[in-house]
Amino acid sequence: MSTHALTTKSAKRLAAVDRFLTFIRVFLVALIVVGLLAFIWQQVDADNPFARWRNPDARGLTGDQFKGLLISGLSQGSMYGLIALGYSMVYGVLGFINFAHGEVFMVGAMTGFIASEKFAANGMWEQNFILCLLLIVLLAVFFSTFTAVLMERIAYRPLRNSPRLIPLITSIGVSFFIQNFVLGLFGPASKSYPRLPEWLSKQRSILTFEIAGTRLLVLVVAAVSMAGLWYVVERTKTGKAMRAVAEDKEIASLMGIDVNRTIVTTFAVGGAMAGIGGILWGLMFRSVTHMTGFLPGVKAFTAAVVGGIGNLGGAMAGGISLGSAESIAPMVILEPLGVPGVSQLKDAVAFTVLVLVLLFKPSGLFGERLSAEDRA
Amino acid sequence: MSDRLLEIRDLKVTFGGLDALSGLNFHVDEGEIVSVIGPNGAGKTTFFNLISGLVAPTEGEILFEGDSIVGLDPSIVTSLGIARTFQNVRLFPNMTILENVMVAQHCRTSQQVFGALLQTKAFKKEEAEIRQRAEEVLGFFGHRLVGYRMDQPAFVLSYANRRRLEIARAMATQPRLLLLDEPVAGMNPMETAELTELIGRLRTEWGFTIVMIEHDMKVVGKVSDRVVVLDHGVPIAQGSYEEVSTNPDVVEAYLGRPVEANK
Amino acid sequence: MNARAMTLPRSAVDQDWRHVLRWGLICGLALVGLCLVGMPVELDRRALIERHLSLGYLFVLLVPVAMGWVSSTLVALEGVENRRQGLYDLVTGFLVGLMGGGVLSLLMVALDAWNLRDPLVNWSPQLFRFLTYENGMGFGAAAWLATGAVLGLAGAALHVVPAVVRRTTGFVVFGLFFLSVLEAAISDLSEGFGLESLTDWLYAKKGGLTVTSTIVFGLVIAAASLATRGRIKAATDRYRDMEGVERQKASTILFVVIAVLCVVLPMFLGKIMNELLANVGIFLLLALGLNIVVGLAGLLDLGYVAFFAVGGYATAVLTSPNSPWFAPELHFGVSLVFVVLAAALTGLLIGAPVIRMRGDYLAIVTLGFGEIIRLLFMSDWLGPYFGGAQGITNIPGVDLGFATVKGTDPRSVFYLVLVFCALAIYTSWRLQASRLGRAWMAIREDEQVAEAMGINTVNAKLMAFVVGAVLASFSGAVLAAKVGSIFPTSFMILVSIIILVVVIVGGMGNIAGVLVGSFVLIGVLGGPKQPGLLQEFQNYKLLIYGVLLVFMMLKRPEGLVPSARRSRELHQDEFLQDAWLKGDKLDDEDAADDGASVVPAAAPVGDEGGEEE
Repeated sequence: MSTHALTTKSAKRLAAVDRFLTFIRVFLVALIVVGLLAFIWQQVDADNPFARWRNPDARGLTGDQFKGLLISGLSQGSMYGLIALGYSMVYGVLGFINFAHGEVFMVGAMTGFIASEKFAANGMWEQNFILCLLLIVLLAVFFSTFTAVLMERIAYRPLRNSPRLIPLITSIGVSFFIQNFVLGLFGPASKSYPRLPEWLSKQRSILTFEIAGTRLLVLVVAAVSMAGLWYVVERTKTGKAMRAVAEDKEIASLMGIDVNRTIVTTFAVGGAMAGIGGILWGLMFRSVTHMTGFLPGVKAFTAAVVGGIGNLGGAMAGGISLGSAESIAPMVILEPLGVPGVSQLKDAVAFTVLVLVLLFKPSGLFGERLSAEDRA
Repeated sequence: MSDRLLEIRDLKVTFGGLDALSGLNFHVDEGEIVSVIGPNGAGKTTFFNLISGLVAPTEGEILFEGDSIVGLDPSIVTSLGIARTFQNVRLFPNMTILENVMVAQHCRTSQQVFGALLQTKAFKKEEAEIRQRAEEVLGFFGHRLVGYRMDQPAFVLSYANRRRLEIARAMATQPRLLLLDEPVAGMNPMETAELTELIGRLRTEWGFTIVMIEHDMKVVGKVSDRVVVLDHGVPIAQGSYEEVSTNPDVVEAYLGRPVEANK
Repeated sequence: MNARAMTLPRSAVDQDWRHVLRWGLICGLALVGLCLVGMPVELDRRALIERHLSLGYLFVLLVPVAMGWVSSTLVALEGVENRRQGLYDLVTGFLVGLMGGGVLSLLMVALDAWNLRDPLVNWSPQLFRFLTYENGMGFGAAAWLATGAVLGLAGAALHVVPAVVRRTTGFVVFGLFFLSVLEAAISDLSEGFGLESLTDWLYAKKGGLTVTSTIVFGLVIAAASLATRGRIKAATDRYRDMEGVERQKASTILFVVIAVLCVVLPMFLGKIMNELLANVGIFLLLALGLNIVVGLAGLLDLGYVAFFAVGGYATAVLTSPNSPWFAPELHFGVSLVFVVLAAALTGLLIGAPVIRMRGDYLAIVTLGFGEIIRLLFMSDWLGPYFGGAQGITNIPGVDLGFATVKGTDPRSVFYLVLVFCALAIYTSWRLQASRLGRAWMAIREDEQVAEAMGINTVNAKLMAFVVGAVLASFSGAVLAAKVGSIFPTSFMILVSIIILVVVIVGGMGNIAGVLVGSFVLIGVLGGPKQPGLLQEFQNYKLLIYGVLLVFMMLKRPEGLVPSARRSRELHQDEFLQDAWLKGDKLDDEDAADDGASVVPAAAPVGDEGGEEE
């Protein structure tokens, strides 16, 4: 309670910085509102001068285009969500950002590539796709989990009681190492997953949404994994131990909980989720390199913050919001404002969302769940 | 009314639906030493946090020299002349003892980047003054914090010396009102007696007005002009130490209701 | 194990087998990892000692030595008399090395039997040839088992031999290593002095030291090491203990010597070495700036490259005739004024939103800003202003009247960078001991208390951002003038992280540390795109940066050259013990006081007001 009290900042501040921040807030909101208005205008009447104000060749989006953006945002976002779970859980339990978690995801995608390529080479990929898919998911989960656990054991465990920036810096080093180790092992070339069977990749129509089968698969797998994770965390003894350790490590250990084991479990579960995410990434984008983990990793962290760090449902929701925002916002807000080449700014939009959330609601959309000491 | 240094009216603060303080009226006159006592959880530290600006009140006014300081940044409150110590001693552990006291003069000094880069006369003069003042303040506590000790990091100090350094640091901000949060907690009787005397001298020699939270009744009795008793966020008694210590409400707050009172 | 057993030398056969097995496996896996990443084969091209030792073999051979050393390190237990190190540890090291060699031999067999080249790009005949010394598998296996065991033994033996031997060996090995690594620099320098014959004698034609020079220099270094034993330490101690005028005098002499060296040395160096020095200077400047932000104020800024980019682009726009939108073609010196303004403004813009965030969020958000700035420079949107992916070309050099500083004359660039570095060093040094510097330190220690002590933390932190931004922008400006063109790809997040590694490996918060860090890392391994002395490392330097960062954080978080304050912070327990011992003798009256001081430092943030519970 007292910690909470101390972080409550006074309402009346006179510093110039705050006026400036207010200005930034107002500016960003105004930008979004104007963009949206211009977009709506475009949709209603593309010849209207306001619609043409910034963007003379405005056409507006068709309903199908919009649905397409939404679907791609959702499927991409659910992948961010899967990775974000790992960030969120580790932050909840240990209070630091595991910057290398994106690499765990990359290891999953890479494993998936190697295995699927082997399967494709001996024809099994086409004959029995479902079995192959299960096998590559299992392998990816195994290697991702292994990477995550190993990294906890070697790099993070000795640093458990150091100032919070120290493990963060270490994790940056770990991330660098894994990236370049994978580069050394498998070379710099971009690797392509084998072609997916026709019945999976073909377009389907569900509730008037045209959706590629792969994306549907992504959404389903993400939903199932999330449900599984929720069950583990909320309903099992291990989950209870995790929540206890997140609240207070010392007290948890006094209550007879094996803190080390629980932390390893946390890393393992986060790694497994990232591994699944890696496979989904491979199926969806079909290409993997050693750098695949970096941007999705940072964005997944963003998603975790957007949803409220330490909050698992929040991580998933944050991922989906972030994915949708970065897929829709360039077309809906930036394009009507006359910004050319908006697709290049997708990543910039994602980071702007992070800044926006931290400016307006630092504890995330769904509230953070941290122990008292981590909140300081 | 003119010599009211600090005046608090109807102060209320709520944490998650719980009133930590409610309807607190309080004042300190120039040159007074006032003790705030009360059982654990009475809201004493919250009271200090409110004055020093770390926590914003839900309702009420805090007037310092007649002007409201509600909602000001802690750093501005300090620069207006209110300095504090912390109940659980929060020094800058890896800075030297001298630096701990020098840094506290931040709001009384003004040199910026260019002064330091060009080593202007004004900069050098100010640095010399900061140092001199720091040594002066440290010297107040005898030889414990000066000499070779000045260049040692603060974390090597013993508990009692940390408390002393914290008071020195607060003194270095050149306040008019000094808020001491349990200044003798954890000290042995000898050290306590010595610090009690020093608190008296803080008023006579340095001219500070002091508000002190303290559990040690000997200290309270020895130095306070006035004692305020808080319980559950409400002041239940005020007056001289003698008055307060015999007040039945106070006894009740500390010891619980006597059995016969239930009859 | 009871305390009595610890006092006796342990029996050589009574091994802790699990320990040996673990380290043996680690040794083997490290070797296999190294081989499969491709380092030995690639580095084999760089000869260290004629045909006898290449950098590739050195790296492989180092592993068993290191593992032998680590596995036989005695874990000192407080309050228990340590056992003597001896035969037991030698056997441990021997076995660990042997296992490493064994695993490597297995790899060789596997290489021969299967072809896994498909996913593993380095699963190659070259690797096989490297491992077998081109002499067939039987020989290779026997050789690796033997060398592994001997080197493991040697690693362990370092614990057992007297300190003098250990020191001398260390000196000889490191001395020879640097001598061969610095081949390019030394030949370059001796050519500058007209000493080609020395170079010819020292180095073989195809690279690497000659056998004779190795032996001669080995002996010279050993002799020097024996002769200077204790003197260097005594000299530094004497310097450290100096006070007042004497210290000032010594410092001045030291400063003048270094300054003269910096000015004179490049005159005798060739183009390549000067180019290298100029690169080191550019990154040193960045590292000094980041050191203020991270080391002094404790703000982990991962988007530091943004300011570097702003400096570069501002210079490009203001000086280049090819700037697509606004081309005033100012002189470099004039443009510098605007560069500083632009950087300071960017510092404020990026600083303001992040200033109240907690430390780790600040790190990620600044990283985001770093990416946003690069993406914006690259986008079609700002393309008409900053040239998009094509960048801005044709940036003129710096016309000084008597000379022009441009990329084709790296010596002049080095001098320009030197001026800025001197400025940056002066700035860091003066700010450290000023009102602002103290405020930064206080904020790093405990932000809330700093605020309660009257420090306007927001302004102080913003100031750190601005000062750091200005220094980085200088670096960007020099880069623009040096390269003559500016592209968004020069400003990847990678740059931020490499600078962070430089600062951390060198020693956070310490100017000398940052200097050492930049020379060792950027000079030897190379910057993000710039090659260092060991150009063969080009493909592996990021891997090494990663390993170094993790290693330093785990084993030596205060860096190679720690600042006194920083090491205090990280080793409070040991310092407390020292202070306790010292205090006891120095101060009788307060002895009781000090006795109580072996208590960990102040309680963690956040439990202020515990009485409210």
